Amino acid sequence: MINKSLKVNIQKELKEFDLEVDFELKKPCLGILGPSGCGKSMTLKSIAGIVNPDNGVIILMDDNETTYFDSNKKINLKPQKRNVGYLFQNYALFPNMTVEENVAIGISKNDGDKTVSDMIKRFHLEGLEKRYPGQLSGGQQQRVALARIMAYSPDVILLDEPFSAMDTFLKEQLRIELVNSLKDFNGFSILVTHDRDEAFQFCDELIILDEGKVIARGDTHEVFENPGKVQVARLTGCKNISKIEIIDDYHLKSIDWGITLEVSEKITPNITHIGIRAHDFYPADKNDVNVIDTINSVKLEMPFEWEITLANGLWWKRDKEIHDHEFEIPEFVKVDPKNIILLEE
Amino acid sequence: MDMMMDWSPISISMKTASLSIFITFFLGLIVAWAIVKIKNDTIKIALDGIFTLPIVLPPTVVGFFLLYIFGVRGPIGAFFIDFFAVKIAFSWPATVIAAVVMSFPLMYRSARGAFEQVDSNLLDAGRTLGMSEWKIFWKILFANALPGIISGGILAYARGLGEFGATAMLAGNIAGQTRTLPMAVYSEVAAGNMGDAFNYVIVIVIISFIAIFIMDFASIRKEKQWKQ
Repeated sequence: MINKSLKVNIQKELKEFDLEVDFELKKPCLGILGPSGCGKSMTLKSIAGIVNPDNGVIILMDDNETTYFDSNKKINLKPQKRNVGYLFQNYALFPNMTVEENVAIGISKNDGDKTVSDMIKRFHLEGLEKRYPGQLSGGQQQRVALARIMAYSPDVILLDEPFSAMDTFLKEQLRIELVNSLKDFNGFSILVTHDRDEAFQFCDELIILDEGKVIARGDTHEVFENPGKVQVARLTGCKNISKIEIIDDYHLKSIDWGITLEVSEKITPNITHIGIRAHDFYPADKNDVNVIDTINSVKLEMPFEWEITLANGLWWKRDKEIHDHEFEIPEFVKVDPKNIILLEE
Repeated sequence: MDMMMDWSPISISMKTASLSIFITFFLGLIVAWAIVKIKNDTIKIALDGIFTLPIVLPPTVVGFFLLYIFGVRGPIGAFFIDFFAVKIAFSWPATVIAAVVMSFPLMYRSARGAFEQVDSNLLDAGRTLGMSEWKIFWKILFANALPGIISGGILAYARGLGEFGATAMLAGNIAGQTRTLPMAVYSEVAAGNMGDAFNYVIVIVIISFIAIFIMDFASIRKEKQWKQ
């Protein structure tokens, strides 16, 4: 992967907002996380050449440089010429073709039969060659779709919300399968999703998109730990977010929860909100730092968690064992000052 | 009943219906695809209106327009007379023209509906897999729209076979030349020969039923094969 990169810098006017996305991909997998309708699918479709951006460039650098799109040079490579594999949300298998025919469709004639049988083996589709997609389970369909893409040996694989239309059980199983099949792939892959777990699991790097704009980017762990912005915190699953009033450099008042808190990082004037993850509360003594009274809390039992809503609206999640059914809410809980995330609007 | 029944309406109708469905089928497909690809809604609706008009208008009105175009003084009619010395109006080709124009909207609308039912992701998937647009059209769009296209074909064929009003205007009712089955039924009834009319009616019912049965059977089998 030395010097390999995929450069994307595109603008497109859409009905609701303008899409402006730019990134340069150097690591194998990028995740694009955002709420539905934020322009993430549009970005993928632009890379594939299915839709055309108004302006910008899309350039793939590997052994040689391939310009997919360049509005200044008036280059717009057809999707047929881009060598990009696209995994559609519904897999888009051809219903009128058998598994074998689907896998073979993108292969040039010379090495067709061998590649097809290799792919059938690699994706455990033996015995299903003559079946039609309508006769397969969701998992089998995904494997056929991946086999079809891999048989085409693309330089870039684009994954468009591959699990969003599935039940939880199948989803988790297929995620593992997808991770495994992407392991052997030595090109770039981009996963678009609105699910933070998916993004966290798959991707080395992350971009967060909101209303067509990149609002955060970086190493996946880094983005989750330091979201920086309210919208990013929300998308990475931070349950508790409150507007604040700054008291001094290390103290603030939460407007939504009506409590005063101490933080470990200096509060700069641009900070407008704080976030606290639901798992970051612990039982405490009355005299600890950042202590919150739990009077009038409501608890809900989940299989592996207690969900406690404090009277002021804070969410607290506490892990439990499946056979534990008793939980006494402590009188006070606390938040470690270093676990309070400072956020900008 | 007349002992010497005239069989020519049957052969004329078969020839007319066969040639016209052949033309209508491909013309309908091409136009439907072209309309589906148009992005501008106003143009799309305007063209759709024009192509659908023949089934909305009374057939005699369509026949009137056709006569105006293909008649000896009409632009196309005159052209054919001048350059090929061929008279279109009131000759056998006129029955084909009338049948094509009247059955076209059914083929076009069914094909368009069937094309629009095909998931556009399938076409994009084809593109990202390097398939040519031509291959995408036949192997994906056409193949997956086939059940709908076949039923459009059935309707268009039946419409062509039963064409009366526009045919009467453009082709007339010349025995042995332009007298198709529906014309013959009309003529026999007008002449009081109910027995002959009945024979023609039986023939037309049988042909129509067989055509529908064969095509329906084919499309249902295809759909079943893809599912379970």
